[in-house]
Amino acid sequence: MRLTAHPQPDRPAPAPARRSRSAALAIAFAASAIAIALAGCSPIEPWVKPYQREHLADPIMSFDPHPASAAYLDHVYDVRQAARGGTGAVGGGCGCN
Amino acid sequence: MQLMRCEPGVMPRSCGRVRLSLALCGLCAVCGLYSAPTLTGVLPEDTAEGLYDRYSGDNQVIEGKTWLIRKKFADKFDVQYSRVTDVVSGASVDVRLTGASPYIEQRTEDNVSMQYLRGKTTYAVGFIHSYEPDYRSNTVTYSVSQDMFGDLTTVSMNYKRQWDDIFKMVKECNNAASPCPAGDVIKVHDPAFGMKRMDERSYGIGLTQIISRNAILALNYDLITDQGFISNPYREARYSDPTVARGWSLEPEVYPHTRTSNAIGSDFKYYLPYRAAIDVQYRYYEDTFGIHSHTAQIGYTQPWRHWTFEGSFRYYVQNQADFYSDLFPFVGSQNFITANQDLSAYHSYSFGVGASYEFAIPHVPWIERSTANFRYDRLTIDYEDFRNWLLSDPAAGINPGSEPLFTLQANIYEFYLSLFF
Repeated sequence: MRLTAHPQPDRPAPAPARRSRSAALAIAFAASAIAIALAGCSPIEPWVKPYQREHLADPIMSFDPHPASAAYLDHVYDVRQAARGGTGAVGGGCGCN
Repeated sequence: MQLMRCEPGVMPRSCGRVRLSLALCGLCAVCGLYSAPTLTGVLPEDTAEGLYDRYSGDNQVIEGKTWLIRKKFADKFDVQYSRVTDVVSGASVDVRLTGASPYIEQRTEDNVSMQYLRGKTTYAVGFIHSYEPDYRSNTVTYSVSQDMFGDLTTVSMNYKRQWDDIFKMVKECNNAASPCPAGDVIKVHDPAFGMKRMDERSYGIGLTQIISRNAILALNYDLITDQGFISNPYREARYSDPTVARGWSLEPEVYPHTRTSNAIGSDFKYYLPYRAAIDVQYRYYEDTFGIHSHTAQIGYTQPWRHWTFEGSFRYYVQNQADFYSDLFPFVGSQNFITANQDLSAYHSYSFGVGASYEFAIPHVPWIERSTANFRYDRLTIDYEDFRNWLLSDPAAGINPGSEPLFTLQANIYEFYLSLFF
């Protein structure tokens, strides 16, 4: 399916199709994940020991300390903009416009 | 713009990308599970939350209530249920521009999910149902995550499938009287429009990595495909029409039947030496409508005694869809047509501040702690090619296409109570 302009003399031709960079993004991300996963097949010494993680365990370091509030704000932004995904959040559909 | 459909025997670029991503995700999962260590993960705290929210901007008010409860069983299962009720009143700019009247509408959403923890692997399934008089949506989600490398790394995958049914409401008189008394006007589904369907699938992978004893990083990638009726049954586009006094007329929007998007996001959190946290987020997005966008956000969290204060600034910018125009040159000028301001070029920024107060509830020992929370966000959207059509007045020299650009400013309030038990 291609976007086509219907004929009118003074209308410029539509811009040529742009090549997507998503393939490169997907491959780069997946390759990183594979490299990490394959490295997991051999023993790795954790460089941050469990007893050194008290700062990371502090509630202020949580990625999602208030799930209901975060879901609401994600919803507000999702219905006002074209972008979606990439945040780790999963929401349902709606006809919000 | 080239729009593609994943069909048997056809292998366009995006379809190959989907299958490549799935294959790689599967390989990651196999390696991740093979290296599964023996320590156990942790499920989230038992929580109950009640949230009231209010959005006001552009002559539109949306008030919502959210109830959420989350409970663990046998330290292996975690069940969550939430219910959202939104009441929308007023009319946004795209509704007013097409001459429609303000309305009141209610949306309800039920969300139930369950997690199962086995060793260092967490499986989750969920179901979401959303209901509006003219829009029904059912969503099924599935995800799996795996802790590895001494719990320094978490790899996750998620899949979402969504089925939407779309209707168009029209006004009808409840009796045969003419003219119809105001109290007898009812809204019904437009039989001429019927019911349209939209099908969405989402594939995501994520990586959370502990970088140091003070820093943690999360990366997420999502591929989302839509197929079916993606448009809005009420919205219309305008075209230049010298035969009418105002200089423009309306025509129905026409969207492609498919849309595929890719988004990759990062979230970096750092623990500051005096017990505070800084949060930096970035997301890049693109889709087959020709839209590219960047989202950047920075946040700061500062506890003080029983209080926790937070502030954030978010910046978002996008270009317009290939088939968007604020003013088409004539009716039917191209095969795909939209004047949806959400698909126009714009930049937006929002400031947010919040405060939480932690307290104990006397005589209720099974509640370990409670928080009362307030948050306020101010959202501003400056459209770069979306004009206020209502100000068009050729007699006064304001011709179509020269009206002032539209700006949206909204205030968002949230107040919620959280109980942890």
